[in-house]
Amino acid sequence: MIEVLAPLPVLLPLLGAAGALLVSGHPSFQRALSTTVLSAVLAVSVVLLFVADAEGASSVSVGGWAVPLGIVLVVDRLSALMLVVASTVALGVLVFAVGQGAADGSEETPLSIFHPTFLVLVAGVSNAFLAGDLFNLYVGFEILLMASYVLLTLGGTAARIRGGITYVIVSLTSSLVFLAAIGLVYAATGTVNMAQLAVRLGELPAGTQVLLQSMLLIAFGIKAAVFPLSAWLPDSYPTAPAPVTAVFAGLLTKVGVYAIIRTQTLLFPGGALDDVLLWGALATMLIGILGAVAQSDLRRMLSFTLVSHIGYMVFGIALGTAAGLAGAVFYVAHHIAIQTTLFLVAGLVERQGGTTSIDKLGGLARRSPLLAVLFFVPAMNLAGIPPLSGFIGKLGLLQAGVAEGSAVALTLVAGGIVTSLLTLLAVARIWTRAFWRSPNQSPAEETAAAAAAASVQRHRPASADGAGSPDGTASPDGPARTALQDAWRRHTAVATAAEPELPPAAGAVRAPRPLPRTMVGATAALVALTVALTGLAGPLYGLADRASVDLLERTPYISSVFGEGEVP
Amino acid sequence: MTPTIVFPLMVGGLYAAGVYLLLDRSLTRVLLGFLLLGNATNLLVLSAGGPAGLAPILGYSDPQAFTDPLPQALILTAIVITFGVAAFLLAMIHRSWRLARNEAVGTDEEDRRVAARRAPDADELDPDELAPDDRIAGHADSLPADLEELADDVDLPTGSGTR
Repeated sequence: MIEVLAPLPVLLPLLGAAGALLVSGHPSFQRALSTTVLSAVLAVSVVLLFVADAEGASSVSVGGWAVPLGIVLVVDRLSALMLVVASTVALGVLVFAVGQGAADGSEETPLSIFHPTFLVLVAGVSNAFLAGDLFNLYVGFEILLMASYVLLTLGGTAARIRGGITYVIVSLTSSLVFLAAIGLVYAATGTVNMAQLAVRLGELPAGTQVLLQSMLLIAFGIKAAVFPLSAWLPDSYPTAPAPVTAVFAGLLTKVGVYAIIRTQTLLFPGGALDDVLLWGALATMLIGILGAVAQSDLRRMLSFTLVSHIGYMVFGIALGTAAGLAGAVFYVAHHIAIQTTLFLVAGLVERQGGTTSIDKLGGLARRSPLLAVLFFVPAMNLAGIPPLSGFIGKLGLLQAGVAEGSAVALTLVAGGIVTSLLTLLAVARIWTRAFWRSPNQSPAEETAAAAAAASVQRHRPASADGAGSPDGTASPDGPARTALQDAWRRHTAVATAAEPELPPAAGAVRAPRPLPRTMVGATAALVALTVALTGLAGPLYGLADRASVDLLERTPYISSVFGEGEVP
Repeated sequence: MTPTIVFPLMVGGLYAAGVYLLLDRSLTRVLLGFLLLGNATNLLVLSAGGPAGLAPILGYSDPQAFTDPLPQALILTAIVITFGVAAFLLAMIHRSWRLARNEAVGTDEEDRRVAARRAPDADELDPDELAPDDRIAGHADSLPADLEELADDVDLPTGSGTR
């Protein structure tokens, strides 16, 4: 049965994408098609998870080629779990996007392009999770990256192109590093099959191993946004349409984390670079969350918390113990759901309040109590308030860190607690300002003035040097203010250079739009899922435990590909 | 089979030139740099296949004398991917040029704005309700003394990230 089912999470979305392109003239048909396809993928993934949990890992040789030559898809507990969580949030996001498209028309999110591209993205994610072959993993990454380039620049507005270019170039670089690493791995071992590599890489000299491992980790670290390779993320994610940001935040970085888990457990079990990863995890957590606290835009704040919480997963992986890995696997599942949900809520906040800048939002709790609940529950979950799943995941990781007991691990435990508290601070700021503050407390006149000034500036030709003085039109308050501003601008010359090109999203506040039921429904369903993760934490954590034992043993994966016999 | 120095030199040279171009702010150069890097990586993978041999076609030559065909297959895939991405990047550069008459990597304004924020976020404070002396002057130490007094007199809006 697994031979038939395993390729389906890749095949179905690809065929669905082709179908969605063919019927792009009929939006309702397209919606039905892509929803059906993703539901089917979810169903298949759930079956795969049950089979994998009951019978252990199994593999399929695609195209009938014998094992070391052909491409293998491997379904073990980890990949099946990732598939289930990924297809669930993908389905939720798709429904949200359909609701948004139905309400707004196709101006901002051209759905005829969105549907096929989104399905291709899901195919790429599934392929990366199932790949039993380093090169197939690369292809999976490329499929999802190509789709993500298109999704990120959907509509081609100036802000999206600017953010998209950063994203594309950084992703390209990471892909090239990955490809070069594959070339070197092949030169050293003569294979790209991961099960075979698991045996052959261990026979290499230690220096070669560290070189290959660090190249792979750099490539995956860029994708997973591990500090210091994370600076691209908060720059490029917030400009995209809400559903796109949501699915990127949930899935794309986690594919990188998944690849890091495979590298660290299956390919290089020696733990040679664990210390580097531990310090990287600490820096990711702390620097990410300090960035989040500084932000005054909801989506950017969420992007920074996304980076920060990647640190928790890397922490669990770098511990290298079964408890640490189990915590990391649980945290990945939890974080995919929670981060996607929060970005969808940010999309709803933008509709209801007209902006995502918390300086301009206010009184949302009174205007839309439902939205307040939808934000509050996942926000508390993200911060790790008991008894929600974020608390359970963090507790598991911290316990694993204490059990490991080394000085570095204990430092990370402390860093993890600080990060959790700062996350609470960051979301509480959003809550008090955007939701609790009464609307008249928000500086409305200022906002209007700023919007006007921004629109004036936008009509001026963009000047690249900081010496240009946009103050002439922008400051009606007289020469004193201009003098002060000039002084300040000299102080922050870079900021001044950017000033005349204010993106519309930053300055302008749109008129609030109603919240369509489909969008609220999809978000509510995902919020319910995050709460359900709390209820299901026992079984889920058990599964994560078994998955991590498999990962550390390595034999289930290898023997699923080569059978019980000798690995060639 | 003697090891050849041509491959390492070519790969190294292409990588150097590619990285140099990639670090430029002009997007056209970035694209060219990406193409060079892609080709360098392809050559690297090709050289990973070991010494050159005969064309790997069954019945045409002795299997023992074959070149390793797998790296060639990998490169073929990589070339197609590079091609697609380069086309997309070109389209983005064109779009960027049409929108902004500018094909340099843009600045993240919101990031600059956060970096340039004058006052600490006074969430709980409404500056208008405070006595003028209690209001946040914001980064006063970074300004000249006379302007610092000005800040108190002029009553700039504090606590908000906008100007």
